[in-house]
Amino acid sequence: MTEGRVYTVGGQDWDEVVAAADEMGEQPSSERLIVNMGPQHPSTHGVLRLILTLDGETVTELRPVIGYLHTGIEKNMEFRTWTQGVTFCTRMDYLSPMFNETAYCLAVEKLLGITDQIPQRASVIRVLMMELNRIASHMMAVGTFGMELGATTVFLYGLREREKVLDLFELISGLRMNHAYIRPGGVAQDLPSGALERLREFLAVMPRQMSELRALLDASPVYLARTKDIATLDLTGCMSLGVTGPVLRATGLPWDLRKSQPYCGYETYEFDVPTQDTADAYGRYLIRMDEVDQSLRIIEQCVDRLSATRPANDPVMIANAKIGWPAQLAVGTDGMGNSPDHIAHIMGQSMEALIHHFKLVTEGFRVPEGQVYAAIESPRGELGCHVVSDGGTRPYRVHFRDPSFTNLQSVSVMSEGGLVADVIAAVASIDPVMGGVDR
Amino acid sequence: MTESQPAELSPEEKAALEAGQARLASPVVRSGMFGTHTTGDTSGYGGLQVRRRAPLSSQPPYGSYFDEVADALGSALEASGLSLGEAVERVVVAFGEMTLHVRREYLLEVARKLRDTPALAFELSSGVSGVHYPEETGSELRAVYHLTSITHNRRLRLEVSAPDADPHIPSVVSIYPTCDWHERETWDFFGIIFDGHPALTRIEMPDDWKGHPQRKDYPLGGIEVEYRGAKVPPPNERRSYA
Repeated sequence: MTEGRVYTVGGQDWDEVVAAADEMGEQPSSERLIVNMGPQHPSTHGVLRLILTLDGETVTELRPVIGYLHTGIEKNMEFRTWTQGVTFCTRMDYLSPMFNETAYCLAVEKLLGITDQIPQRASVIRVLMMELNRIASHMMAVGTFGMELGATTVFLYGLREREKVLDLFELISGLRMNHAYIRPGGVAQDLPSGALERLREFLAVMPRQMSELRALLDASPVYLARTKDIATLDLTGCMSLGVTGPVLRATGLPWDLRKSQPYCGYETYEFDVPTQDTADAYGRYLIRMDEVDQSLRIIEQCVDRLSATRPANDPVMIANAKIGWPAQLAVGTDGMGNSPDHIAHIMGQSMEALIHHFKLVTEGFRVPEGQVYAAIESPRGELGCHVVSDGGTRPYRVHFRDPSFTNLQSVSVMSEGGLVADVIAAVASIDPVMGGVDR
Repeated sequence: MTESQPAELSPEEKAALEAGQARLASPVVRSGMFGTHTTGDTSGYGGLQVRRRAPLSSQPPYGSYFDEVADALGSALEASGLSLGEAVERVVVAFGEMTLHVRREYLLEVARKLRDTPALAFELSSGVSGVHYPEETGSELRAVYHLTSITHNRRLRLEVSAPDADPHIPSVVSIYPTCDWHERETWDFFGIIFDGHPALTRIEMPDDWKGHPQRKDYPLGGIEVEYRGAKVPPPNERRSYA
């Protein structure tokens, strides 16, 4: 497999590398340097391996190698009930768990034919959680982007803002990640008391924090030099490579599924789709920052709607007792989620409720035979979920069209012909999450 | 079936009778229930036989924008001497989505027309997803393509089948380059060979992996793993709790 001489670079051996490069310089120019970057590399966003062919500082060929985080989530989901599937798919793209859950639930609901019966309040909470998640994800994207280019302050700022969102997630769903909060039929839990106030506080502080972050980056000469006209990919390239999300919108095409093919009632919210026409890494950064502002706008509208409705009259889970899992669990004295009201109902009041509960929890519900594809706009682009049912209580096949997987293909096109240092900027500007790439 | 059958049947009754007989003649997919077959089966479900359902097929008009898509594709194919019925085995409209079951030899032609005809303009492909139906003899392996037209804001699904004995489907990478990794993934997980793919290698599983894990005949877990020459037993056999 390996041709020519092999040097293993393990740190503190820079002199050897320089000597080797000098040696190569004396040899004919056809001699190329093949560098293996990753899979354990701080700048590759998880375990991504890039095989670079270098001619001096110029990248002549880049081949990404993936699969290091493959965990067989799609296969595992075929062996669990439809509701349990949420617990698996939330772990795929670990920076946007709410989107994974929603895409899957929308597909299952489409197959069940209950899309119109999802309670209004549940849809608003879904939108709220997704937009909060978009902010967290973009903050991570911008923060790691900064760190990979050497700006550690940006990373700390980005993580500080993300932490605020994670605190809200913990308050609402009980967990900071791997929530399994959005379920087929609605959401697992209504907002706890005090959540709306905390959300309003969040809305009040975020704009200032965002302008702090923007002050660090927007016009920083170092940042501009590292991102402007770097890793360009034009509209034709995006279309042929199936690239969506901020990378596509940086070419000027306002393609956002929340606007063009609305779901969860997005057509009733007021927000804009930010675009740029630079098609470079800087444009993608600007779009992410603008999208955070738009997400804040949507969250504000969600909070207004949630304060206008009363939890007692507005359930967060579908009324159909054959599908809806018991929502409204409270943490009991034993530390487990439980609902005294629900237990009193099934154990003391209604035989049917007990049967439904037993069937739902042990066997799960059946989903009509067929296949559907549900697509939503995740922070990274079109997250599609192809679900096939054979009419049973478990999915026959679930496939996720993860935007990181598709967008990562374009890193070769963005990097070849450029400098090796810009490979880092290219990967970071795509913002791939390897958990989603490998699933 | 029985001699008590009336001589005169209305067309509806005749159709229903034929459908019922066709169903009884179709192969059994699953039999029994709860795993009991002996005298212990007091439920009577041990003799249950579930037969395979006939493949779904929709007839025009399909509703929504689906008729326009079918007509535009039909006339685009006619221009190159093909007909819609020749290239597309059947059309299924369900759950508000349209699926064209394309015969594999015409996949490239259909995909090219879908992308290049202005009335169709399916510019964006959302990749390939494989499905394995071991019971459907002759079309066990399926490659499912999801296409999006940004121009017309439409979606369309293509489904192409291949038998297990001859798992070849032409590669659409020349038309939709984004399918490069998706086809590699489908090869890796299902063993569908995409003819004409520039480098059809495994993508998620290790290069020397045996088998295609997402197929229905591949177990979940219980697989011995070889790592650096040593055999690692499957997780359920690593420790004994005796």
